[in-house]
Amino acid sequence: MVNYFPEEVLEHVFSFLTSHRDRNAVSLVCKSWYNVERFSRGKVFIGNCYAISPERLISRFPRVRSLTLKGKPHFADFNLVLHDWGGYVYPWIEAMAKGCTNLEELRLKRMLVSDASLELIAKSFPNFKSLVLVSCEGFTTDGLAAIASNCRFLRELDLQENEVEDPRGQWLSCFPDSCTSLASLNFACLKGEVNLAALERLVARCRNLKSLRLNHAVPPDVLQKILARAPQLVDLGAGSFVHDPESETYNKLKNVMQKCTSIRSLSGFLDVNARCLPAIYPICINLSSLNLSYAPGIYSKELVKLIRKCKKLQCLWILDTIGDKGLRVVASACKELQELRVFKSDPNDVGNAAVTEEGLVAISAGCPNLNSLLYFCRQMTNTALITVAKNCPNFIRFRLCTLDPITPDAVTMQPLDNGFGAIVQSCKGLKRLSVSGLLTDQVFLYIGMYAEQLEMLSIAFAGNSDKGMVYVLNGCKKLKKLEIRDSPFGNMALLADTGKYETMRSLWMSSCKVTFGACKSLAEKMPRLNVEIINEGDEMEGGSDDRQNVEKMYLYRTLVGPRKDAPDSVWTL
Amino acid sequence: MEGYSRKDVGCPQLLDLIPKEKEWLVKSAEETNHGLSEEKKLELRLGPPGGDWTFKQICGPTNESLLFFGFLPNTTAGATTTTSPWQHQTKASFFSLMEKESCRMVELQGAEKKVFSPANTAVPNSSSAQKRTAPAPVVGWPPIRSFRKNLANGNSSKLSSELQKDFSQKPIENCPKNKFVKINMDGVPIGRKVDLKAFHSYEKLSSAVDELFRGLLSAQSDSSTNGIKKEVEGEKVISGLLDGSGEYTLVYEDNEGDRMLVGDVPWHMFVSTVKRLRVLKSSELPMLFCGSKPGRLSLDRSI
Repeated sequence: MVNYFPEEVLEHVFSFLTSHRDRNAVSLVCKSWYNVERFSRGKVFIGNCYAISPERLISRFPRVRSLTLKGKPHFADFNLVLHDWGGYVYPWIEAMAKGCTNLEELRLKRMLVSDASLELIAKSFPNFKSLVLVSCEGFTTDGLAAIASNCRFLRELDLQENEVEDPRGQWLSCFPDSCTSLASLNFACLKGEVNLAALERLVARCRNLKSLRLNHAVPPDVLQKILARAPQLVDLGAGSFVHDPESETYNKLKNVMQKCTSIRSLSGFLDVNARCLPAIYPICINLSSLNLSYAPGIYSKELVKLIRKCKKLQCLWILDTIGDKGLRVVASACKELQELRVFKSDPNDVGNAAVTEEGLVAISAGCPNLNSLLYFCRQMTNTALITVAKNCPNFIRFRLCTLDPITPDAVTMQPLDNGFGAIVQSCKGLKRLSVSGLLTDQVFLYIGMYAEQLEMLSIAFAGNSDKGMVYVLNGCKKLKKLEIRDSPFGNMALLADTGKYETMRSLWMSSCKVTFGACKSLAEKMPRLNVEIINEGDEMEGGSDDRQNVEKMYLYRTLVGPRKDAPDSVWTL
Repeated sequence: MEGYSRKDVGCPQLLDLIPKEKEWLVKSAEETNHGLSEEKKLELRLGPPGGDWTFKQICGPTNESLLFFGFLPNTTAGATTTTSPWQHQTKASFFSLMEKESCRMVELQGAEKKVFSPANTAVPNSSSAQKRTAPAPVVGWPPIRSFRKNLANGNSSKLSSELQKDFSQKPIENCPKNKFVKINMDGVPIGRKVDLKAFHSYEKLSSAVDELFRGLLSAQSDSSTNGIKKEVEGEKVISGLLDGSGEYTLVYEDNEGDRMLVGDVPWHMFVSTVKRLRVLKSSELPMLFCGSKPGRLSLDRSI
């Protein structure tokens, strides 16, 4: 029946499918659907850049316009992965430059991006519009200058939490006067100075600019001038917000803020004088997203005054200086809250966290729409978690991090198994979970039983035996990423269901009880997995002892075999 | 925390699940903090739609074996038909465990009222099941991105990711989080500023100086001043800054106005007394070639 539709019709129908999974499913129906789909696919998402090669990408999807690539495993964020482990984007750019020059958008996460890559992008893709780099490194502002100079239709340059060297600091001036297409510019993570005059002129001529996130080097008087030129901004990241509340600049800023009625999202405040915050009060009522997690200088009282005005807030990222008391205010003021992240304010001061289970319970009671949580806290109790589970059954992401990784229930001294059990039982749509605190195999029993939609699970210092890991592998049918550190899971668990790993994107195990021999036999048995052992130091010198525990193992499914760019300290078995 | 024990002991009694209205009604810890004297019924029911099952007290191990059987890959069809009864039993299990817990807590009510100290760091060693204790400090824990950690250190110059190794045992002093000092190099007209708090050793400072000035130094010797220069060619690494072995040597001016050789005193002492840095050509410091141990020499103010 459907074979009688001309391809144009199929293509038109498929154009309504935006999710990758839907398009992937559609391409499996039959050969003709596969072909129509692949020629019409514009956006491709590759969750592990080593699962496939750029050449195969281009041969299957010759018309790809937007590519998302992720490199290093998630635990690289916490310094558990060597800097040079891999994730180089250059080969991808090179291949696209030869075979697919209509690339318009590139979104990279945890990849190594060199200036040469950026220069190649700038030269090779005439329609290039959007570059988003998240947690990447390896490039400097020279590379950014190349992008600015050459990408004539650039709409989006979004740099999030990258480590960027700034040898020259003049990249912003490289946007030619003819560049008027910018809609989104985020350079908040850059540490160096910027040419302020060039910035002002750029903002003035880009009438479509909707999102602008500045770095600390942009002082308040320039911020004020920029806002005066761009009252249409929807998303603002203030850089430095330190000025004298008595000053003329501050007054001007206050006045201009009042006119910025389109701002829905506010972030930044990398340097801030809390007494200047009242300048923002006029726009608080419109805010749906507020990120003050980079602003350590704001104390609970001021935070609370500000947040109380944000009645429509849906997303809040904050430091734990807000305290349980402050969270109660959030719970009473921000009824539409969906996402909350409470970060540790001083990572070096482990003993001084300012939020506990009480704050979380208060939020859960006041904000029933809460579906995404990241919570760094000093302590937690089962009762609190059970209460949260009952109050908020809609969690999609639930990430709890106790400061002491094996802290028990603060009142009963029992493991936190039941608390997390309640979360997975109640939140039927849970896709991502990070557990912490004192946990036995029991919590994994619950996770395996109830977490049917779970796609990503992070485990640290938890469990008693192989059974824990086996419960998870057996029970969580939709599991895609499993990352485990410092937990007593060993060979029996690793080898219990080797076929499972081909249904997953990746598995990370570090400081567990998995031996070299078991990893080798897994690698032998499953040729479509890359099993990588990461050695730091002299662990594996003098040949490998099969009975020796492996310090770090990362395995992932792949269609292209072992990679060729691994450093010496990474062995693919 | 004041009032902590009171509030928390009140919590388990607040889990009144009322399935007949087909919704969970739960009072938050806030609202029903009525203290210890009020009697609260602990009635736990599981409320799947249409069901009004009461749970049985089932001990752990039996449960586990039932479950474990249910999850083996080669489960026969028989297992699925038994899904309902044992599943509801196991659902009951963590509620039943919770009840045990809350009974414990009720006992605690009658006991001497204590304010539970939040600092439970000693606890992990006394817990039952855990054989491991978390070593302190732990690499990569708490899981905070290096980017955030670097921000918290108040740094705006280059930072290496090794910073996190120092995190938990440093004494927190009452001093600002940054210390920016000027640094000038012979032969380079424009100086830089570095945040000394970003480095924790002389080695890191030395490599930062190399990175800061390497490009500028080669730009001085080249005639090209505009455009983007390829940084790889023609740049020499600036090394040997601390031991007199390189072309350049690092010196500093201290809070008494004296010029000193970098590297003599412990790092934190250096950071507290340094006012500015200079990178001088080693050839202008003849004393360094005397062969004696570096670091004991104080430079003549006239240089």
